[in-house]
Amino acid sequence: MEPRRKGLKPAALVIGGGIAGMQASLDIANAGFLVYLIEREPSIGGHMAQLDKTFPTLDCSSCILTPKMVDVARHPNIQLISYAEVVGVDGGIGHFKVRVKQKPRYVDVDRCTGCGLCVEACRLKGRITSEFDVGVSKRGAAYIPFPQAVPLKATIDPERCVFITRGVCGKIPACKEACAAEAIDFEQKEEMTELEVRAIIVATGFDLFDAHLKPEFGYGLYPNVITGLQFERLSSASGPTRGKITLNGQEPKKVVFIQCVGSRDKSVGVEYCSRVCCMYTAKQAHLVKEKIPDAEVTVLYIDVRAFGKGFEEFYDRVRGEGVVYRRGNPAEIYKKGERLIVMVEDTLLGESVQLEADLVVLATGITPRGDAENLADLLRLPSSSDGFFQEAHPKLRPVDTEREGVYLAGCCQGPKDIPDAVAQAKAAASSAIITLRNCMEVI
Amino acid sequence: MGPRIGVYVCHCGVNIAATVDVEAVTRFAQGLPSVAIARDYTYMCSDPGQALIKEDIEKFGLTKVVVASCSPMMHEPTFRGTIQEAGLNPYCLEMANIREQCSWVHGEKDKATRKAIQLVAAAVGKAFLLEPLEERRADVTPAALVIGGGIAGMQAALDIAKAGFLVYLVEKEPRLGGHLAQLGKTFPNLESVTPLLSKAIEEVEGHPNIDLLTSAEVVGVEGYIGNFKVKVTDRTTRRELKVGTIVVATGYDLFDAQLKPEYGYGVYEKVITGLEFERLVSSSGPGEGEILVKGKEPQDVVFIQCVGSRDKSVGQEYCSRICCMYTAKQAFLVKEMLPQARVTVLYMDVRAYGKGFEEFYDQVRGEGVIYRRGNPSEIYKKGERLVIRAEDTLLGEPIQLEADLVVLATGITPRRDSLKIANLLKLPRSADGFFMEAHPKLRPVDTVMNGVYLAGCCQGPKDIPDTVAQAKAAAASAMAPLCQGQVKVEAVTSIIDEELCSGCGICAEVCVYDALSLHERKGVMTINEVLCKGCGACAVACPSKAIKLSHFTPTQILAQVDALV
Amino acid sequence: MEGQDLAQAYRLFECIQCGRCTGGCPMSLKTRFNIRRLIYEALVYENIDLQSKEVLWDCSTCATCTLRCPKGLDPTDIVIGMRSILVEGGRIPPTIRDALKSLAIRGNPLTMAKEERADWAEGLGVKEISEGAKVLYFVGCSPSYDPRVQRVAKALVQAFKKADVDFGILGNEEVCCGSEARRVGETGLFEMLQELNLETLEPYPVELMVTTSPHCYNAFQNEYQGLDFKVQHYTQFVAGLIDEGKLPLSKEVKRIVTYQDPCFLGKQNKIFEEPRKILKSIPGLELRELDRSRERSLCCEGGGGRMWAEGTNPEERLAHTRVQEAMDLGAEVLATACPFCLLTLEDAAKTVAGEIEVMDIMELVVEAL
Repeated sequence: MEPRRKGLKPAALVIGGGIAGMQASLDIANAGFLVYLIEREPSIGGHMAQLDKTFPTLDCSSCILTPKMVDVARHPNIQLISYAEVVGVDGGIGHFKVRVKQKPRYVDVDRCTGCGLCVEACRLKGRITSEFDVGVSKRGAAYIPFPQAVPLKATIDPERCVFITRGVCGKIPACKEACAAEAIDFEQKEEMTELEVRAIIVATGFDLFDAHLKPEFGYGLYPNVITGLQFERLSSASGPTRGKITLNGQEPKKVVFIQCVGSRDKSVGVEYCSRVCCMYTAKQAHLVKEKIPDAEVTVLYIDVRAFGKGFEEFYDRVRGEGVVYRRGNPAEIYKKGERLIVMVEDTLLGESVQLEADLVVLATGITPRGDAENLADLLRLPSSSDGFFQEAHPKLRPVDTEREGVYLAGCCQGPKDIPDAVAQAKAAASSAIITLRNCMEVI
Repeated sequence: MGPRIGVYVCHCGVNIAATVDVEAVTRFAQGLPSVAIARDYTYMCSDPGQALIKEDIEKFGLTKVVVASCSPMMHEPTFRGTIQEAGLNPYCLEMANIREQCSWVHGEKDKATRKAIQLVAAAVGKAFLLEPLEERRADVTPAALVIGGGIAGMQAALDIAKAGFLVYLVEKEPRLGGHLAQLGKTFPNLESVTPLLSKAIEEVEGHPNIDLLTSAEVVGVEGYIGNFKVKVTDRTTRRELKVGTIVVATGYDLFDAQLKPEYGYGVYEKVITGLEFERLVSSSGPGEGEILVKGKEPQDVVFIQCVGSRDKSVGQEYCSRICCMYTAKQAFLVKEMLPQARVTVLYMDVRAYGKGFEEFYDQVRGEGVIYRRGNPSEIYKKGERLVIRAEDTLLGEPIQLEADLVVLATGITPRRDSLKIANLLKLPRSADGFFMEAHPKLRPVDTVMNGVYLAGCCQGPKDIPDTVAQAKAAAASAMAPLCQGQVKVEAVTSIIDEELCSGCGICAEVCVYDALSLHERKGVMTINEVLCKGCGACAVACPSKAIKLSHFTPTQILAQVDALV
Repeated sequence: MEGQDLAQAYRLFECIQCGRCTGGCPMSLKTRFNIRRLIYEALVYENIDLQSKEVLWDCSTCATCTLRCPKGLDPTDIVIGMRSILVEGGRIPPTIRDALKSLAIRGNPLTMAKEERADWAEGLGVKEISEGAKVLYFVGCSPSYDPRVQRVAKALVQAFKKADVDFGILGNEEVCCGSEARRVGETGLFEMLQELNLETLEPYPVELMVTTSPHCYNAFQNEYQGLDFKVQHYTQFVAGLIDEGKLPLSKEVKRIVTYQDPCFLGKQNKIFEEPRKILKSIPGLELRELDRSRERSLCCEGGGGRMWAEGTNPEERLAHTRVQEAMDLGAEVLATACPFCLLTLEDAAKTVAGEIEVMDIMELVVEAL
């Protein structure tokens, strides 16, 4: 990592390389300012890269995202610093000093061509749960999270690589032997850098609700109870099943979607609505119908929140395709032979029903990042009662914060769908551009 | 000397190489006429891949380059940059998409390889005929126009002004504030709107970079990104403004409740709309802050959701996004002002999706507001009172509710005159009648018209924070060209053969960008190359075959076809 | 009480009618009892006619509804409130009325004599708490009087003695904890029994109370006001003894066992691990888990006054389903840790084809001593 020398161009820092962080970076860069984009994962792309199709237009998510990722990487004003974390912030608007920790990839990124030979060679190939595929597939210790990763460079997982953890991996580590570019470098160390920036955009995104916290649904116990994000990987044409919705090689014929898993639920401490689950569920229900036309698809809901542009129309379309919406939030799932039984009251019938299913998809909600508090401390940002970062004013200043020069983009401020996250990111960029243009003379 | 072509076949890791025999494709390309060199490589887009191309251009004196890899959407700009750095015209590049259109969608290696070979042959065929094109730039007028002085327009204007650019803010009413000025309190924080809004208005009015034109309308727009000429009139005077970019923030109208005669709006005084309710409870309203219906405090108040939303029977298929929450707020206010009143909300789905919304919905129910699921069918009178007929779908029983006041949560519709603005700016509208964004996911504030951006409810229903965010987003888009000072102009444009053109004007009719006009003296059509997007519609429409599209000329396309069949 | 009063008292307004309560309700599997709809009717009807709602007596107060509610409401308590209204109006199943009468007069619902309460302990050398002991063993009504459940009490005494626990019982001074009285809507009687027990306990310097029944445990732990000592269910206490090495389980018990989580122990008090720990400590015993276990356990229908009232569908019994599930697992023993579960399950086991024994965990423990 080689940050450009200060004084060259006024710069902003964007923390987080999901769609919000990417969009904010592009807008600031297009206004002629330098942007440091820090991403803690090996690749930018965030959650959007994991999605199959997007609602309500059914655009392929990675097809619209990857060109944007490439734009970010190619932009002369954006310096992408991946696999790195912000560890310290001093100063204030116009003169922030940010300490960044570059984690060792154990791969020389200047030499690595992203050819994937090390990935193929790694002795742990296929033995580590893939974060990108949310457990639907396995990776090795040397890995590239997904084929369209930006930067397209290999990373060696320091917690799993046997050479790093135990000091031995055969005579020569298999990855090192395989790499024609001689890019594997186990000597790499953590590096610290200090950046000077005039404005900061926080775009750290969200975590998904951990479905294990609702034991009544048997997630983790029954392999055919999966989360919405796992469904995305199953359904994705570039995913581990090449887009075939199958479990143990079998196509499910009765599919039940459960809404509000970890949303609107005080019993698990999540009072708020996650804003995206109704529509991603509608989309997934559509995809099941499209790929398995004879499947019975049921969605169990409390209120269908199809509020955005084209959403109600899409909800109409999905019902028109034969997806059955039943009002009632299930209480329990148990097993009957090979099938699952979903216990639910259909509140419109006023009757309890036992729905059979061979696949249950839990529409897990959006939660604040597990380590959001750390960043809040670093940046001295207040959080609202739901744990998301708090904006300066809920109505009129939705992207500014109490800390001057620090702005919010995307789901770190609260659940949002993609267009709202993009609009929010551009809005944060606008605030940052104003700051950048107005403190041109400060330093 | 004829063209010397280099062909580069990408493995894309295993993405292409696992399904397509890339070496066979390379061998085949090497044998094609005019191909000086053909190579395959793991990742052509990587730095070493690009370096390979640059070295070859020098070493073999290449004049055209074909890259067989992914979609041009992905890496055409990359490789154009590559060959430009090696001294070639960037338009001397042709791409064969053997990933999205081949390896990703086919399983059998033999057939996929054969198809890849054909695609490469076609690309080489076209590359042979490629001509260099000139990329140009145009200067940008460092000013912006914002149409509409509601909260969206004010916010967009403020952001652009604060960034140091001149902004013309045109509002057709005498005052700023739009619909916001009519509201009492906001949801879910129950803050008074007036002080919030006054502060924003003061800031706009006092900003030295904002030129405010009230009681004024935009009547004409000419030009293109960077150089718009806008005619504005305020009935007495006419001004011509020069701006680089335009933000449209023309807002919305409310659904006309009379279109649902079953609710008796306009017939019964006690049936009012949500907006009228805002006036009713406002301290500056008729009851001076007390809720009075015909001088009396209502005992039973019923709110009806989805009036003119989610209702195909009145042509409003979409959800208006804000009614659930403004109704919750209004129900809360009734409970606050008249604790003894029975307050019922009739709904289909409660859409409390935003930050703090579900919590507020919980709070409102906690205050004793009763939510009953069922959208009413009709309202009639019984003595002095009203009776609402509905099905309570949770009981599965028809019900008849008595009320002294019924509030209709009317939805948001496009401005009745939005067609006028659409025509002026050549903005397409989506099926719901709102202005259409360039991409529903990733470009929510841009439009297909370069230099024209959308803010607020003119693009679709939105609450205040989403509108403000959207407005700032539009400002960010509108500022970029102003900051850059120059804009790139599309090099791929239509070209008119003046010999063949009869000046019939059919091309001008099909052109959505207004790029074609009749040259008065010559009697033939001319192209404004800055406005032309290179879509090719005119070339198809021209009965005399006088128009061709550069970079996609008939001979180039036919060469591709020949190679394929 | 009118619907609106109920609504105010139990925050019914906050309900969003999602249906999780009724969807999870074990009774909704077999009767028309629908708490979600009852809540709604209380909200929207001018006058809710509770008097005709015989289904209200179906509820076993397992509290699955309360556990599931996303809005923090307590439907179990709402049922109890509605039952109170019925009790006040005199609309009460005669069998429950008799049980309540017996509670008021004799301190137990089983119409047994007060002075016979400690008869089960005769000859076992159990001292009365008045003789001084740190641990009070609160026996409970069924373990005192019901011959089947007395075996559990005796097993506990045997284990306590083996582990040298310094314990005593209240003897004939003990009266019902009142848990069931409260759950059938007799709040006044519950308060009376609470007062009686508190008065009795007052003079004794007890450090810990151990109960046989999860229902007693729940009442003392969560509902009694003013207890100044710790309360444990016996599974917690015995698991502790095993942990400390005070109760060596040496004999093999070669049996395949499955375990029914009692609602008042598991769902309501999250005591899932201790009973399993005890079972796993028994040499030779193989523990197989029912699919529906822990938070998803299925109620036996013994609580909430259901020991004295059959409910509206006596033909179908969940205990029967449960026994069948245990047999499908290949279990030889269906173990539990609650007197009510023990009785209902054993009843059901008699009607099922095939061999399965229903036992309390303590009975297995003493086999291993």
